[in-house]
Parts: sequence; C-alpha cells; structure tokens
Amino acid sequence: MAVESKIDPMHQFMIDPIYGQLGSNNPFAFTNSSLWMLVLLAVITGFMLMGMRRELVPNRWQVAAEGLVGFVNNMVTSSIGKEGRTYLPWVFTAFIFILFANLIGAMPFAVVPGAHPFTVTSQFTVTGVMSIITFAIVLGVGFWKHGLHFFSLFVPQGTPFILKLLITPVEIISFAVRPFSLGLRPFIAMFAGHILLDVFGNFVVQGLNSGGAAGYGVSALCFVFVIFVNALELLVGAIQAYVFALLTSLYINDAVHLH
Amino acid sequence: MDLASAKVIGAGLAAIGVGAAAAGVGYVFGAFLQGALRNPAAADGQQGRLFIGFAAAELLGLMAFAVAMIILYAFNG
Repeated sequence: MAVESKIDPMHQFMIDPIYGQLGSNNPFAFTNSSLWMLVLLAVITGFMLMGMRRELVPNRWQVAAEGLVGFVNNMVTSSIGKEGRTYLPWVFTAFIFILFANLIGAMPFAVVPGAHPFTVTSQFTVTGVMSIITFAIVLGVGFWKHGLHFFSLFVPQGTPFILKLLITPVEIISFAVRPFSLGLRPFIAMFAGHILLDVFGNFVVQGLNSGGAAGYGVSALCFVFVIFVNALELLVGAIQAYVFALLTSLYINDAVHLH
Repeated sequence: MDLASAKVIGAGLAAIGVGAAAAGVGYVFGAFLQGALRNPAAADGQQGRLFIGFAAAELLGLMAFAVAMIILYAFNG
C-alpha cells in the first residue's frame, strides 16, 4: 500500500458478481453476498445438527443449541404469552440469522490471502426484507384474528375524545415507521462498525509506512483501538440480534392481543 | 466556500447527533442501574424493557451517522 493511499471504507460493502453478470436486463447473479449467505447456511445447519442429536447426557453443542432455543423461546413466551410458541420459528430464524451473520462478518477471514469476508447484514436489502417479513406476519395475523377491529390498535383506550384525535395520527405514524426502523437498526450498526474498523485499520498501516516516533505511536494506539472496537463489534452484533428478535415478538404481541 | 469543504463540514455537524445518542444510551443504562440497585429482585424481569429503551435511543444516533454517510458518499451535487 502506498504511503499516501486514499482510505476507501465503502469498498468492503461492494457486491461483486462471482458467477454471471449483474445488469439492468439481468438482475440475477451469484454474488459474494450469496456466497456468504451459503456459508452462513452451512454454519447454522452444522451448529444445529450437531446440537440436535438428543443424547441423554448432552454434549457441548447440544447445550449451546438448546440454550439458544430456550433463550428465544423464553423471550417469545414472556412477551406474547402462551400463543407465542406459534411464532417461535420465525423469531428464532431471524435471531440466529442476524447473530451468525454479524459474528461471521466480524471474523478476521482476510488473513487468508484472497479471501474477502462480507457481512450480509451490512446491506439494507437483507435486513429490510427481514423486517418486511415481520410486518407481513404482524398485518396478516392482525387482520386474520381481529378483522377490521385491528385498526383499534391505533386508538388508545380510556383517553378523552380530544386526546384521541391527537394521539391516533401519532400512533399511525409510529406504526408506519416501524418496519423501516426495525430493518435499519441491524444494518446501520454493522455498517458503522465496519467503517470504523476499516478506517482505523488503515491508520495502522499508514502510521507504519510514514515511520518516525509519531507514526509508530499513532500506529500502536490505533492497533489497540482496533482490538477494542473488534470486541465491541461482537457485543453489538449479539445485542442487535437480540433487539431484532425482541422487537419482532413485541410487534407480533401487538397484533395478537391489540392492547 | 466550495462544495467539497461544505460537504465535510456538514458531515461533521451531522455527527454531533451521535454524541447526543451516546448521552441517551448512557441515561437509559444509568437509570436502569439506579432502579436495579434499589430493587435487585425485580431487575431481571425488566431487561427486555431496558433493551427496548436502549434500541430506541440508539436508533437516533445511528440515523445521524447514516445522514453523515449520505452527505459524504451518496450526495454528488
């Protein structure tokens, strides 16, 4: 890398076709995003299959898998109630997908020459589609269970009529923004963290290249900082998966129980 | 002022919102700890609400970050 190289933190989010060509007349190609989703599928399937051997004395994999399922099951039943188990498949799928995508994206695969790791959740298309699925479930369940009575979700009960006039539009806007904010949250968290890692990783290299006491000092400081940000990335990845699953179950609870 | 420097200044101004969200997230966890130390038995049941408040406060900071990134990279006026 040249000494005066320009830092380009956006390059890591580029979607490059591996097989086929992306174009205006051909929107389908096998890209690096698809490749990493397949890696993700393999890892999750392996993790769950290793944990589903149902031995009497559970091994480590089984404890880990049962712990994850139990954790999500607990969250869903405590926020939705007894009916919550019906929605466990989707909440658990979303949770484990975001969790593994965030964690695999933070792994340093780039030390292998030629490997370019890619975080699939750093694309809004992926997280946005997940939040669209959540709201398809919310609207479907709401209208199927309650019919047009579902709209009473927007009207607070036990408030004076004047306040109802004020609060109902606010509730409608709040509901309409939810799919957007639900998908935006995991995407931006991953996006921001990876930009930070990229910029400070470049500072390490540039400090080493420029040399001198100041250069090496900046380089060492940035190296320590990158280590801490990496640890923070793992934490944020887990928290975002938890928050997505929690908010999904809360929104489904709104649709199931209205109030 | 030319457009390039105006863009950088605008992105820096947009990044102030991230600091405001930091204050919000700190307040959420601080208030939770205050309550939890007074009544530790009830603390575990409120962790879901803690993370809802955290998510709501954090989202606004992330949006400020997104605005800064849009000004820097997506806006080529």
